[in-house]
Parts: sequence; structure tokens; C-alpha cells
Amino acid sequence: MLLIRCPYCEEERPELEFRNAGEAHIARSTNIAGESDDDFEKFFFIRANPKGVIYERWRHIHGCARFFNAVRDTVTDKFILTYKAGEPKPAKLPGAAK
Amino acid sequence: MSAAFRISGAGRLSQAKTASFSFDDKSYTGIEGDTLASALLANGVHLVGRSFKYHRPRGVLSAGAEEPNALVQIVRDDARKTPNVRATVQELYDGLTAHSQNRWPSLAFDVGAVNDVASPLFSAGFYYKTFMWPKSAWKSLYEPKIRAAAGLGVSPDKPDPDHYASRYAHCEVLVLGGGAAGIAAALAAAETGVRVVIADEQAEFGGSLRFESGASIDGQTGYAWAQGAIAKLKAMDNVRVLSRTTAFGYYAQNFVGLVERVSDHLKTPGRELARERLWQVRANRVVIATGAIERHMVFANNDRPGVMLASAARTYLNHYGVAVGRNVGVYTANDSAYAAAIDLKKAGVNVAAIVDLRDNPSGPVIDEARSLGIEINFGRAVVSAGGKLRVSSMTVQPKNGGGGRTIPVDAILMSAGWTPSVHLFSQSRGKVAFNDETKRFVPGAYAQDCVSVGACNGTDGLAATVDEAYAAGAKAAKEAGGKVGKSGKPKVDAGESWSRGMLGAAPGAGPGTTIKAFVDFQNDVTAKDIRQAVHEGMRSIEHVKRFTTNGMATDQGKTSNMHGLAIAAEELGKPIPQVGLTTFRAPYTPVTFGSIVGHARGALFDPTRRTATHGWAASHGAVFEDVGHWKRAWYFPKAGEDMHKAVDRECVTVRKVGGLFDASTLGKIEVVGPDAAKFMELLYTNPWEKLETGRCRYGIMLREDGFIYDDGVVGRLAPDRFHVTTMTGGAPRVMNHMEDYLQTEFPHLNVWLTSITEQWAVIAVQGPKSREIIAPLVEGIDMSDEAMPHMSVREGKICGVPTRLFRMSFTGERGFEVNVPADYGEAVWEALWAEGQKHGATAYGTEAMHVLRAEKGYIIVGQDTDGTVTPNDAGLDWAVGKKKTDFVGIRGLTRSDLVAKGRKQLVGLKTKDPKIVLEEGAQIVADPKQPIPMKMIGHVTSSYWSENCGRSIALALVAGGRDRMGQTLYVPMPNGTIEVEVTGMVFVDEKGERLNG
Repeated sequence: MLLIRCPYCEEERPELEFRNAGEAHIARSTNIAGESDDDFEKFFFIRANPKGVIYERWRHIHGCARFFNAVRDTVTDKFILTYKAGEPKPAKLPGAAK
Repeated sequence: MSAAFRISGAGRLSQAKTASFSFDDKSYTGIEGDTLASALLANGVHLVGRSFKYHRPRGVLSAGAEEPNALVQIVRDDARKTPNVRATVQELYDGLTAHSQNRWPSLAFDVGAVNDVASPLFSAGFYYKTFMWPKSAWKSLYEPKIRAAAGLGVSPDKPDPDHYASRYAHCEVLVLGGGAAGIAAALAAAETGVRVVIADEQAEFGGSLRFESGASIDGQTGYAWAQGAIAKLKAMDNVRVLSRTTAFGYYAQNFVGLVERVSDHLKTPGRELARERLWQVRANRVVIATGAIERHMVFANNDRPGVMLASAARTYLNHYGVAVGRNVGVYTANDSAYAAAIDLKKAGVNVAAIVDLRDNPSGPVIDEARSLGIEINFGRAVVSAGGKLRVSSMTVQPKNGGGGRTIPVDAILMSAGWTPSVHLFSQSRGKVAFNDETKRFVPGAYAQDCVSVGACNGTDGLAATVDEAYAAGAKAAKEAGGKVGKSGKPKVDAGESWSRGMLGAAPGAGPGTTIKAFVDFQNDVTAKDIRQAVHEGMRSIEHVKRFTTNGMATDQGKTSNMHGLAIAAEELGKPIPQVGLTTFRAPYTPVTFGSIVGHARGALFDPTRRTATHGWAASHGAVFEDVGHWKRAWYFPKAGEDMHKAVDRECVTVRKVGGLFDASTLGKIEVVGPDAAKFMELLYTNPWEKLETGRCRYGIMLREDGFIYDDGVVGRLAPDRFHVTTMTGGAPRVMNHMEDYLQTEFPHLNVWLTSITEQWAVIAVQGPKSREIIAPLVEGIDMSDEAMPHMSVREGKICGVPTRLFRMSFTGERGFEVNVPADYGEAVWEALWAEGQKHGATAYGTEAMHVLRAEKGYIIVGQDTDGTVTPNDAGLDWAVGKKKTDFVGIRGLTRSDLVAKGRKQLVGLKTKDPKIVLEEGAQIVADPKQPIPMKMIGHVTSSYWSENCGRSIALALVAGGRDRMGQTLYVPMPNGTIEVEVTGMVFVDEKGERLNG
């Protein structure tokens, strides 16, 4: 069982308390009704499936219930970083291999 | 009374404490502290089982967890019949009853042994090649027959009466293995004051110190030192000592699963003791001290009972006081078997000869054996073992060929060398590295915060092991925050050391096709099978493994993997690392389902949610159905009524008079805040800003793709407060959906979401008399049509308690839903029921609720929709705010496929024969005469007998459905095709007048 650090609770908690919520940093357009087919396709259907570093959303559903962002290595399953929702994608990752 | 092979003065068990037991219905006497294996051997019983495939007679190979042969069935009672118990692990208790497996009619005479004679038929890949044709015979004939013939032991056929405990634990240093290395590491870590857990699979700590007669530490024998050290550790507050505890799985971030066998060794387990306890330990640092496992020699008939590992024979002698024979032979490729020969010889057992595959080894043990007068043969091989139910001789030849001689023996002790137990290290995702000099895989690159010490790390010699382990324990503790403790490093006075040996087939494994030189005993894999796999094209060890099943039995190849790998490498002409080692996976040894499941079974398997009126419904004869975790009253049969009669009566009574229905399971969410209306505008298709306080609206929630996600009635209690209802099964995910948008897409909105499902009990009172039933109990609410029209909500009191009273209808009748705090739910229900009785109202269940809503064409999301249905498809376009510029799903709705013609639309269906009730899910076609496969144009989503209509009714999704009104369509069924007419979705009161009726 993984340990995941909730950036709101500021501590590591067992995976059981969390639920994955898909890829992070996919913003919904403020003018979604006027979005082109291509843009809507990118927003709604297209997802990265990287081998290695992935940016994804998690929810501390059985804890503080907040959504937050995480950087995880899909090869080792290790969490590199977690940060609050709304914060920008980190420019530099601590100790990231790639 | 001492058993025939128990040697007086040998071993550590108190001969006074006897325990009687039975094996295959014959009674024997053992000693407390015995394993079943040692007790059987003490009685001269070597034949304990039949092998899996060839039904070969098998004996005891080892004295530990690696045992592949001595698998027995332990029977306590009808419900406690445990198959495949390793006799080498099962501790003896008085009254233990064991049976051999895989034999019929008896162990000594087994009909299945014909497989041994016919073995050329059963070579590697046999199943894959043979049972391919005809294809249809696999399911009907081959698989059932193979399954009946295969498998060891018999499963119990009653529920497991034992209980299983489960605990989480945290520590700074977790030590896996309680031999010399593990104990030294634990001592070092414990001295720093950090929390330490040390676990060992055996009943007593000590590991190989149990048999190493040459070990001396701190002036004591190795074993005595181990017991003293463990006693010291047990006395420390910061240390937890777990015996009989196997670390079976090493998971992410130093999370280790261990199973403690709590009462399998007790005569009467007792109800207060768990059978096993699952430990889930999270450790800051892990010290792996899992030792090494001795390998057997691969030669012809090396599986005969009496042929065993040299270290096992030593353990039986030095720990259990049991001689495994009276005239033993030794076959070895390294030094360690000499120690066994020496110990046995000193105990009075005749050692017929030592056969050493090496040409000219030298060393102290060899000198000692020679000085004891034991015959030693260098450069020779045992090419075959004689005997059948028990080994009777060994045939010895020069290893490069030449004349042989046969030496009578009653046991052969063998050692091909030692394999480091890297299982847990490998499970931790560490990468093993092959040491070409010592020909073994040892821990290479680590993936987690752990360290391997001692034999499992390829460290040879007791002194080096203790040094390494003590240093590693201290370092791990320090890294985990421990302070440097006072040094109590154990001093090794004397120890044994050996390494090397050989891998693969010995000369006695022969190239011949009929020779059975076993590599994997449990799965009956021979050296020939592995060679054959290579000849048939298997190149990777992963393929060889699956083709031959080498290492795939429950022992996971603890003795066989390296031999198999070496034989494959030799056949391929490649170095061992290039052929690769198969991945080790959890569990290290078999783990019971019980220990994994723990208390989560029966009523505790899954939570059950009951509404406030559950007790009332149960006492009024309700039949319940499961809806998610909820128990919901399905229908309320009166005496003599079946389900149909009860539902018909409930449906008719609701429309004629009235009915009470428990709707508490509906999801309820309160949306509160200055921006509550703005939030509702974004989450639902409907407009909300202009909804007046005190009014309700039927809302539709979409996903971003434009498909219906949920629906429900929403009441506006105040400008900044909405009482939202969701479908029963959807409450948690709707809440999650709302929170997701509120937290991440619309965080600027000042809104709070609160689940109030559990806080409010909901009693639906529906029917023409509904107002008369409720009104006498209500205070402070004007319930007249003018003051409280359909789709309105009022707050007041009922029966003196607060209520949110909704006027709404899921039946098409005048209706109300009475929300009261859940604790008052039953009392208010009782009061309403008493009022209802005056008018002849009924209690109705979920089935009647479904029929009544279908009569009105009200949809149920998830039944009439399936995640690909838009509001327009469902005939609900009116609920989508046309002037809105944004809501979740607004863009999805304009996708080309969602606005295309010919989409499936929800319509009503009437069967031409009104008595026929369609099956939900039945497919619909336009032309029943077309060839199969027919073109399906839709399917039935809801279908019921409607007593109110006097006929069957159905809802269906049909392509272009609304353009097909009046058309005849067809529902092909196994018993004939059913004709149906496409109709509107409302079967009762099309004008909706009854809402105010």
C-alpha cells in the first residue's frame, strides 16, 4: 500500500484514504460552449499515458476530502511530489530521474 | 516410550512430554515440540505422500518451509480439513490427525501410479499438446477430468469456523528472519531504543543454529545464545518478537505482510484465540535476514522416500533427536553435507559412504569425517537411488563414467549447495545480481529502504554474518532516528562456513528419456523435461518455467529454481544471467484466504444500511431487496399473496386511495452559500436563478460529454439554500462530481456542499388522499393547493418535529415527501400509517414504486438510461435551459453524433397481446424475418405488469423512436417473436390531472 502525502493535511496517509481522479492540469474552458470540436476533443477525450512521470489528480476522499495534484512515476509507483489544486505545474521535480 | 528412531540424549525436546497422533488412521507417539515430519521420522515413517503428476511415492525432503513433498491433510473436524499442509512446518499436538494425499486406495498401493509407468505420455507441455482437439471437448471432457485427477488434498466442505485476526503495526526497524543474522540485527537496532519488530517463521528462533552443532557465540552454543538473545529482546519495551510468523509479501514503501500462526499448533485452539493473525507492518527500515535454502542433487530416482537434504537430517538429529536412518549414504558437491555425516556418525548412525562429486576437496570437515572412519569417494556420483517406497541403495560411479557399485543404504543425505533466499528482496523490486564466482544470485540494486544480511546476502560464515548483521541493524536504526546504543555486539567463538557447490543436473540425471531425476519435486519436473523444453524452442527461463511448470507449485521452486535455470542455460549454451531468473512474487509461502479476509465475512463482509423504518417494515412482513448497501422494502405481501398479487394491490391502492413509501435512501445534498444558485446553474441543465424560494424543480445533471449522469427533484429553501436529491445508488458519486467542480473548476464560487442523506428520513405519501393523511399531523404549513402547489417545499412541523415537506410526485398522483430528522423517522411513519389506515392506504415497496413511475413514463437513471442517453433522447429536452451559456455538458450536447438523426430515443411499448410482459433488456428489431444476426434497433429498458392499466407496459430505447409512434416492432425471444406497438411514455393520466386530483 502506497503512502501519499496530502498537501492540505500535510502528512503521509495510506493509499486507502485516497482516490485517483485522472490526469491533472486539464483546464475546462471558460467559454466551453464556444469551443471547437478539436479543442473539446483534446479537453475531454485525449489523455497522456506516459511511462514515467505523470501529473495526476487525487482526492483525499476519506480524509479532508480535498482534491490535489500529484507527480508520480508510473514505473516505480513512487510519488515524487504532491501539491494543492490550482497551483502551477512544478517547473522542477525533486530527485526526478527523467 | 520412545519411538524407534529417537536417539536418547540427542536433540532438545523433553522426551517426557509425549503427544499421540495418527497418520492414515494409524496411531503413533511423538514428543511435544516435534513437527509432524520429525514425529513420523522418529517412528521410521518416510513414505508420506504421492507426487502430483506421476503419483510417485514421496518422503520428507526438508525440515522447513521449502518442503515440496511431505504435503498432508490435517483434519480437526468436518469444517477444519486443511489440505497441503507441509509436515515439516506443522507442529505436533496431542491428537493430531493427518492423512496422506493424492493416493487411492492407499498410500503404499496407489492406482494412479500407473502415470509413472506411462510417464513418456506426460512429458513437459503434455496438456498443451494433447487436449487441443476437438476444441469443444476441452470444456465438457478434458478440463473436468484433468481437474478431478489433478490437485492435492480435499477442500473442507463447510464454512471455516475459525476466526482470523488482523493488525497494523509501525516500527523503525523490521527484521525478517530470526536466525543468527536477524537476531544480531535486532539486538543492534533495539539497543538504540527505536521500535523494532523481529519475525521468524519457526516456533523457535535460531534458524540454522538449530542444526549447526559447530556454532558458538558469547561462550554458549549458537542455539542457546539465540534463545538468550530472544529472551532479552522480548523483555524490551521497544521490541516486538513474533515467532511462527512468516513474512509473505513485501510491498511498496516498506509495507510488509506477515502471517502469524496463532493456534494451529494447539490441541484445542479455543474460540478466544484466532487461528492466524495478519500483520501489516509499515517499517522505516527493513533488515532482510532470510538465510539460504539447501539444494538437492539432481540424479535418477532422487525422490525416493529417505532421500533428503543433508541439513534436514542434521536438524532432525540435533534439534528433534531423530535419526533419519540407521545406515545412511551422503551425496554432496560441497562441504556442508560432511557436517551431517559427522553428526550422525557421532550419534551412532552408520554412514555407509560419502560420495563427493568434487575431485580433490580438502578442509577440516573432510579431515574430521575421515578420522571418524567414514568412507569418502571423491570425483564420484550417485547415479541412481534404489528402492521404491523407501530408498534401499545408492549406485555410485566415477563421475566421468565407468563401472559402478551399489551400496545398500536406508537414507541418502544430499547437498548441492545453498541458494540465498532473495525472495523478499526481489519482491521489494530490488534487482538480483549473479555472482559468477560463487554461482548464485545475490541482492544487487535496492529499490526500497531495506538491507539484506547474512546468508541471503551471500555472506558466508557465522562470524562474518553476525558482524554484517549487527552493523546493518545499528545503521538502519540510526537512519530511522535511533540514538547510538551501548554496544553489545555478539562475539562469535566458532562457526561453520560453506559455500559453492553445484547447479544443475549431476551425472546421474542421465541423457536418457526414461530417467527421472527430479528438479522440481512438487510439480514432478525432471531434468529431461527442462532439456526438452529448450529443444522445443523455449529460450527464456520464463517460457521454460511455464512450459515445464518448474517452480510453479506452491513451494515456488525454493529448491528447484536454480537447478532448472542451470540446466536450461547449459542446453542453450548461454551463461546463467543471460537466461535470467524468474521473478519472485508474493506470497513466499501459501497464505490462507482466512488470514487475508480476516473479520470481513458474513455480515461483516460489506456494510448494510438500514433506513429508520426498517424495523417497522420487517414487522409488517416486508420482503427486502438490496439497493447498493441499502436494504429497501421491496413489497409488503399480505397472507396468501405472492409478489405479483402484493404489487398489484399496492399499485391500485396508491392510485385509488394512497400509499406510504420509505424514500429515505434517496441521496440528499444541501447546496448552501451566496453563490449556491450560480453553482446549481453550472451543475444542472436547468435554470435555477429564477426558481422562487419554496418551489421545486426536476433537475438533470450531465457529464461533460452531454450524457445524463443523474436526476432528482431540487427544492429551494432560501435564496442561498438548495435541498438537492439524487438517485439512491448515485449519491456518493454525485457528491464527488459536485465537489470536483466546486474545488477545481469553480473554486471562485462561495458554496458549501453537505451530504444530508443520513440526516433526513423521507416518507413519501402519495395518492388522492395523501393530503388528508398528512394534514392532521402538520403544524404551521398551509397545505391547500393555492398555498402549496405541486412542486413546492415548506418548512414546518409534523408530529411536533421539524419537517421539510415537499409536494412532489413520483407516482403521478397528488403526493408529498415528508422529510424529518432520521431519529424521528419511525415515529412519524407510525403516525402517518395510523392516519393512512383510516383511509385504507397501503404501505408500498420499491417494486410498486417502479411500476407506478413507469405508468407515468418517469425515468430511472441507470435503468432507462445507460450513460449514452442525452436529455433529448430521454424526451427531457424541456429541462435543458436554452438560454444558458454554460453548464457541465453544454458543449458535449452539441457534438455531431449527439445531434444526429436516428439516435435511440426513449418511447413506450405496448405488446399486441396485453398479457405478455416483455423482458427488460430484450432486443427490438424492425423486421423479424431478416436472417440472423438481425439488425437490432433498440432494447427494452423497463417492463412491468400494470394492474392499473390492465395490461403490460414497457419503456424502450429505440432508434428514431419518436418518429415511429404507432409502428409495429418485434421482440424476438427464444419462444417466439413478440409484436409490440410504439407508443408515448405515459400510460396513465396523460394530461397530468391526477397531480391535483
